[in-house]
Amino acid sequence: MLSAPARIALRTARVLSLLFAVVVGSFWLMTASPVDPVQAYVGADVAAIGPEQREQIVDRWGLDDPPLERFGAWAGNVVTGDLGQSQIFGEPVAVVLADRAAASLALMATAWVLSGVLGFSMGVLAGVRAGTWVDRVLSWWAYLLASAPTFWVGLLLLYLFSVSLGWTPVGGAVPAGSLPGEATMLERLHHLLLPAATLSLVGVSPVLLHTRQAVVEALGSDHVAFARAQGETPWGLVLHRVLRNAAGPAVVLQFATIGELFGGSLLAEQVFTYPGLGEATTQAALRQDVPLLLGIAAVTALIVLAGNAVGRVLGRVVDPRAAVLAA
Amino acid sequence: MSVEPEHPVLQVEDLRVSFVQYERGLRRRVVDAVLGMDLDVHAGEVVALIGASGAGKSLLGQAVLGILPPNAVASGVVRHHGRDLDQAARRGLAGREVVLLPQGASALDPTATVGAQVRRAAVLAGRADPAAAAAQALAARDLDPSVVRRHPHELSGGMARRVIGAIAGMGRPSVVIADEPTPGLHPAAVAEALGGLRRLADDGAGVLLITHELRGALTVADRVVVCERGRTVDEAAVEDFAGEGARLGHPYTRALWQALPGHGFRAPAPGRTGRAVG
Repeated sequence: MLSAPARIALRTARVLSLLFAVVVGSFWLMTASPVDPVQAYVGADVAAIGPEQREQIVDRWGLDDPPLERFGAWAGNVVTGDLGQSQIFGEPVAVVLADRAAASLALMATAWVLSGVLGFSMGVLAGVRAGTWVDRVLSWWAYLLASAPTFWVGLLLLYLFSVSLGWTPVGGAVPAGSLPGEATMLERLHHLLLPAATLSLVGVSPVLLHTRQAVVEALGSDHVAFARAQGETPWGLVLHRVLRNAAGPAVVLQFATIGELFGGSLLAEQVFTYPGLGEATTQAALRQDVPLLLGIAAVTALIVLAGNAVGRVLGRVVDPRAAVLAA
Repeated sequence: MSVEPEHPVLQVEDLRVSFVQYERGLRRRVVDAVLGMDLDVHAGEVVALIGASGAGKSLLGQAVLGILPPNAVASGVVRHHGRDLDQAARRGLAGREVVLLPQGASALDPTATVGAQVRRAAVLAGRADPAAAAAQALAARDLDPSVVRRHPHELSGGMARRVIGAIAGMGRPSVVIADEPTPGLHPAAVAEALGGLRRLADDGAGVLLITHELRGALTVADRVVVCERGRTVDEAAVEDFAGEGARLGHPYTRALWQALPGHGFRAPAPGRTGRAVG
């Protein structure tokens, strides 16, 4: 076993090398993309600009420089803390990231907490009632959602609640026509409702199914048989002897799915035109905003890595055996 | 034993257990696992219930504790000090008067500390001050007070057995059911485990030792009840297991005895035997 400082140094090196690989990969994909950045930037007016103006833009963005040189310039700036300028928003990447992350964070945090709590509760219920109709309904529900794409669930909910019933807004984070600063808390929550529900619904199934399995295994274990022989009641068994056994996998899994949550929010934000990080990613990719996309890739990778690390630590707290297995 | 008490501390009469199964979800099938078992255990004695794997002997222990699987259907009589016990009464006595003494660290919850588990056992046994009762029970088994903060995977096999003993003894039980307490243990650990059962009986409890290891059972038991394929077929005193087994009345019991090394080492032929007593 390594000493604590050596372990931290190793972890940090691993994180840095992974971040480097992520940005290099993203950059390579962008340079390989057939989209013409100038045309994507100018849009429909592309016929209105002459070759000189086009040349000016290419020159200003350095698009003719060799890729290695462009990446080197970007990386050199990042090391000094400058993430560059977003081409499509005309603002520093750091500002765009902060704006969009705030909107996405509300969405993803709500979805993450809801899917975790609901998934774990339903998983415990299904596991305790394994083999009954309650279990069958919950398991089928989970399988159905696991096989349903996020955008499709989003469209269904949008059709039902926004179009048919008119209970929720069709899109956006604030009412159409009002500035973000003017919207009330209630209006914001109203707009958050459907995207968050979509993400939670889809996110429930992995936690539900894993928790169900862990509960079934725990209930069949020797230690539960012994507790039952000590006179423990059925719900006492669940509370004292099963919950914590099932919580270990659920916690690790829930933190590990933070990455999937990003992917899901990308699709959900697109369906609900919710102006978050996911929507910015789509924009950046479609319109060849290299600095913004690299910034998003790096931040996302960092959050996923942090999520995994926190999950690992909490998993060890919940289930002390995990610490032994990891060592 | 000097004085024969009025009632056995535990009495089982004509216990039958069957399981309802569904084949491919539709066809209902009833599997009979226990077809009639009788035994009694008096205070201060160790009774060994011997039988091959699958003979249904563990189900007897589960029935007495009221912890049969949900799809099991049981009939027959279980008495404690002469009193008939229905399912609710069996659950009421479990952990207090009637306890299970399992073997091995797998009987302990891997995610909870030793202290939490022993205290929970004290609560379930109805002890007034669970924390004090737990500390006292652990100290009585020569376990350091620091053991309460440890998790089961941090205990040695011997310490885990003593913790389990502390949990099982929490209710000051009159009946102790030890289900296969010695599988895969080395001889010294077997002797320690069986010696522990003998001490429990000497302290006044009735001990039911459920095992398939006849040789170990004979070192500690007062009487041996033999079961074969769901039925108790014979009962014999420990002294009768001697020589070629001439004093053993039932052919299956004799076959079990002769299957041991040093007594013939012959494999029992279960197909022919087991009909005589039923």
